[in-house]
Amino acid sequence: MSIASQVIDIIAQQALLEPSDVTTDSTLEDLGIDSLGLVESIFAIEEAFDITVPFNANAPTESEFDISSVGAIIKAVDGLVKGQS
Amino acid sequence: MKRVVITGAGTINALGHDVATTLDAMANGVCGIGPLDIRDVDRLAVKIGGQVTGYDEHEHFNRQQISLYDRFTQFTLLAAAQAIGEAGLTFSGDLADRSGVVLGTSGGGLNTQDENYRAVYEEGKNRVHPFIVPKLMNNAAASHVSMQYNLRGPSFTVATACASSNHAMGQAFSMIRSGMADVMVTGGSESMLCFGGVKAWEGLRVMSKDACRPFSATRNGMVQGEGAGVFVFEERDHAMKRGAVILAEVAGFAMSSDASDIVTPSKQGAARAIAGALKDAKLNREDVGYINAHGTGTAANDKTECAAVADVFGRCADDLMMSSTKSMHGHLIGGTGAVELLACVMALRDGIIAPTIGYEEADPECALDVVPNIAREAKVTAVLSNAFAFGGLNAVIALRAA
Repeated sequence: MSIASQVIDIIAQQALLEPSDVTTDSTLEDLGIDSLGLVESIFAIEEAFDITVPFNANAPTESEFDISSVGAIIKAVDGLVKGQS
Repeated sequence: MKRVVITGAGTINALGHDVATTLDAMANGVCGIGPLDIRDVDRLAVKIGGQVTGYDEHEHFNRQQISLYDRFTQFTLLAAAQAIGEAGLTFSGDLADRSGVVLGTSGGGLNTQDENYRAVYEEGKNRVHPFIVPKLMNNAAASHVSMQYNLRGPSFTVATACASSNHAMGQAFSMIRSGMADVMVTGGSESMLCFGGVKAWEGLRVMSKDACRPFSATRNGMVQGEGAGVFVFEERDHAMKRGAVILAEVAGFAMSSDASDIVTPSKQGAARAIAGALKDAKLNREDVGYINAHGTGTAANDKTECAAVADVFGRCADDLMMSSTKSMHGHLIGGTGAVELLACVMALRDGIIAPTIGYEEADPECALDVVPNIAREAKVTAVLSNAFAFGGLNAVIALRAA
């Protein structure tokens, strides 16, 4: 399974949506994911890819990890996975 | 001072998942204590408990709720739904601002803590679920009840070990009586039946390996239970005006501290709380027909409690019934007083005195009528519920028939 589809699955599960309803353009706000949902999604991403996501819940938009859209999250995860290997 | 009445009750415990089932079990002397079904039970010396059985969290809560609700919070929410449903109240506007929730618990989210420790220590994981803290904190249950029902007034959690829910209900009572609140959701919850929880209790060497037999000469210790009891306490005029069914009146409350020993109970401390509750409720000794005992089934508690009751009641102690329902549902620690208050309500409303089951042989040091093994029919108009915690913190509630 590709990184993109795994990330989309995680986000869809958090948003209680079908993966087909989540597009790369969607923002977390569009999907109704609140701050708790975001933190839980990041945990699920870390578990799935065995990576450490540089995310600070105190200042989510200032973190190195771009969460501005689903596509941005996929790109960031892709970078972290590549950086690890 | 305002008068305070109970207009709703809810529970989930080893005897049942609601009040009717629980009271039916108490009236029939059913034992809810059995083999523990928990992970690593084979490494425990104590393998019994008053566990909530036939319970599947997924039947009541969705995945996201479960990620935030420890078992003690789940039990609280289920009991609160019953109590608030029975009271028939919805909270908005001024009523919401003048209503709160005070709950007791001792261990809070102990299952969550235990599982988290297992993950980081035993399994060597370096990453934990983000909601461990909001799930394990002792006030999680009170906060979720407040959020779910829009209770925006005074709300907090009380932790005084085995007296937690009596202290909590005493606070709720005092707040309504003094005019600080109109409605308080109160009681307590506990869920310590996990490997680490039971193992810690084992260490004290006060646990029975076979049964809880309060006041019986053959008693050999306490048995832990789990669950929740939640009540709606309401200002009497407020309840009367809306035609609510009143289950009982909360007549008085007293607390005391032994100020002597961290585990050994004191007769004087217990007696001061019992006498204090009578005085606060303006009850005479002969008015009280039933006491729901703390009655843990330990040597120390039972004889100290009987001596304290005998001291306070004098010759009236001979006409008094005092039972320990812990023999049936186990010791719910921070939730125990709340579940036991149900037996008090049953005594007042239904005229049924719950028995002390497992009673085998009289103990001269516990020479009161402990309603051995079989429930009794009796008309009582006032009752007490005792709770004496580790740390010497005592809390006694007095109820009067509605």
